[in-house]
Amino acid sequence: MRNKVMTTQEIVGRIQDGMTVGIGGWGSRRKPMALVREILRSELSDLTIVSYAGPDVGLLLQSGQASKVVYAFCTLDSIPLEPLFQKARQDAAATFVEWDEGMFQTGLRAAAQRVPFLPMRAGLGSAVLENDPTLKLVRSPYAGADGTAEELVAVPALELDVALVHMNRADVHGNGQYLGPDPYFDDLFAMAAKEAYVSCEQIIDTAGLTVDAALQTLLLNRAMVAGVVETPNGAHFTTCTPTYERDERFQKAYATAAKDPDTWAEFQQRFLSGSEQDYQDAVAAFAEEHS
Amino acid sequence: MTDLTRAEICAVAIADCFAEDGEIFGSPMGLLPQLGARLAKLTSNPDLVLSDGEARILAGVPPLGQNKDVVEGWMPFRLMLEACVPYGKRHVMMGATQVDREGNQNISAIGPWAQPKRQLLGVRGAPGNTVNNRTSYWVPKHSSRVFVAAVDIVCGVGRTRAEAAGPAATRFHDVHRVVSDLGVFDFTGPGNTMAFVSVHPSVTAAEVQAASGFEIALPSGTGSGEVPTTREPSSGELMIIREVLDPKSLRDREVPPVEGKP
Repeated sequence: MRNKVMTTQEIVGRIQDGMTVGIGGWGSRRKPMALVREILRSELSDLTIVSYAGPDVGLLLQSGQASKVVYAFCTLDSIPLEPLFQKARQDAAATFVEWDEGMFQTGLRAAAQRVPFLPMRAGLGSAVLENDPTLKLVRSPYAGADGTAEELVAVPALELDVALVHMNRADVHGNGQYLGPDPYFDDLFAMAAKEAYVSCEQIIDTAGLTVDAALQTLLLNRAMVAGVVETPNGAHFTTCTPTYERDERFQKAYATAAKDPDTWAEFQQRFLSGSEQDYQDAVAAFAEEHS
Repeated sequence: MTDLTRAEICAVAIADCFAEDGEIFGSPMGLLPQLGARLAKLTSNPDLVLSDGEARILAGVPPLGQNKDVVEGWMPFRLMLEACVPYGKRHVMMGATQVDREGNQNISAIGPWAQPKRQLLGVRGAPGNTVNNRTSYWVPKHSSRVFVAAVDIVCGVGRTRAEAAGPAATRFHDVHRVVSDLGVFDFTGPGNTMAFVSVHPSVTAAEVQAASGFEIALPSGTGSGEVPTTREPSSGELMIIREVLDPKSLRDREVPPVEGKP
């Protein structure tokens, strides 16, 4: 079995300008933030980001690297609105595709199953179909009991070039494990992508994965995964339950700074101008100041 | 009961939305809906299934602000979206930044889609909710900025638009009620438009009308055209609200008490 351990730089090096990048997690929960920060350090541009969006999308819009975003919401959860995303929407700074949450999952599933679309009810009658005119309807080939053949939304496959997800643990081969209450959609992201990369809190021996956790926590198998990197505290400031919860104080500082260009410049200088180690050191210093 | 607060009236009005639902999943979004749904589970509908707002279905009914209790099931987001919403055994009560006469709801953004004046949450699950399972809305501050003639971006789908979209959209469409700090409404008005169910005690229909951007129909079937008054909580319900579910009176932060009035 191959060893797929890479650095965050190597993973981001696999992404090219213009690619479609899916980012796992949900809102401000278990986001692969260390990989997102690595993208921020790169020269990558013109990315299409597909995400149940949180600060990942806010940051990649602010940096100008996301030229298009496919999403159903963008939130920091404990802070309902993501300020960097709000600003980008209000400035019309990128192309935006807003789908229903269920449509989004269905689109990922279609891509994972390699079918061009899957039918569903969600979207019918809503502005989603008006605001994304590429969406089409499909009539069922089967008549229902009342004789009518229903016309449903044909949710197109959300095909990804690259998927980035964050796990609690993985092994060197790319078997990935979540230990929190919710897998989110990370396996679907991985399968919807040509290549999936996993960051994790800890890389451990394969045999260790199921010593203290249920079999069902093994969300990703290695056939889905192209590379893996250990990034301790790599989901910060989002949740990585049960390893750590959201850093609410830090998130508040982020959201406050994001509302004002001068404060944002200071925030960027302090936290986002150096390496991942610099970031983690600055976060530790921030926690120290407020303890 | 002279010390009744407006928030307590709202909690009971919300609980009544879930009273007839039976053994289905309740998805109350926001503080008062959580209070109301938990009250329903402890009173009118003990079969109601409620989660911690994340992945755990809770057997017990913890107070507001607490989400720990006996776990009876698993409902991660993926199952919510593929095995709860389209399965249909669910009643969601969402917020509404805007709601219109036809029952369309907006939580996405204010202003034109291409460049909104104010970006909000996005459509979230509202389109799927409204064509799949029973949906109600909660508005903590009734005003003509919320109750608008036509919403800017249709997230939750009202009846007229569902009918225009065809049988697949109406088959399970069930927009049930809107509860605000002033009253309770449904969509039994002419052409499935918004109608009064009741106004809260000490509120008049004229006040509600003045705080709305369109005409709300009088309840059908009452004959006199009188708008009924929302019922007051029983002493048992009040005890549960005040001592069990919300001893810290978090409810008053969402719906501040009205001086001298329930």
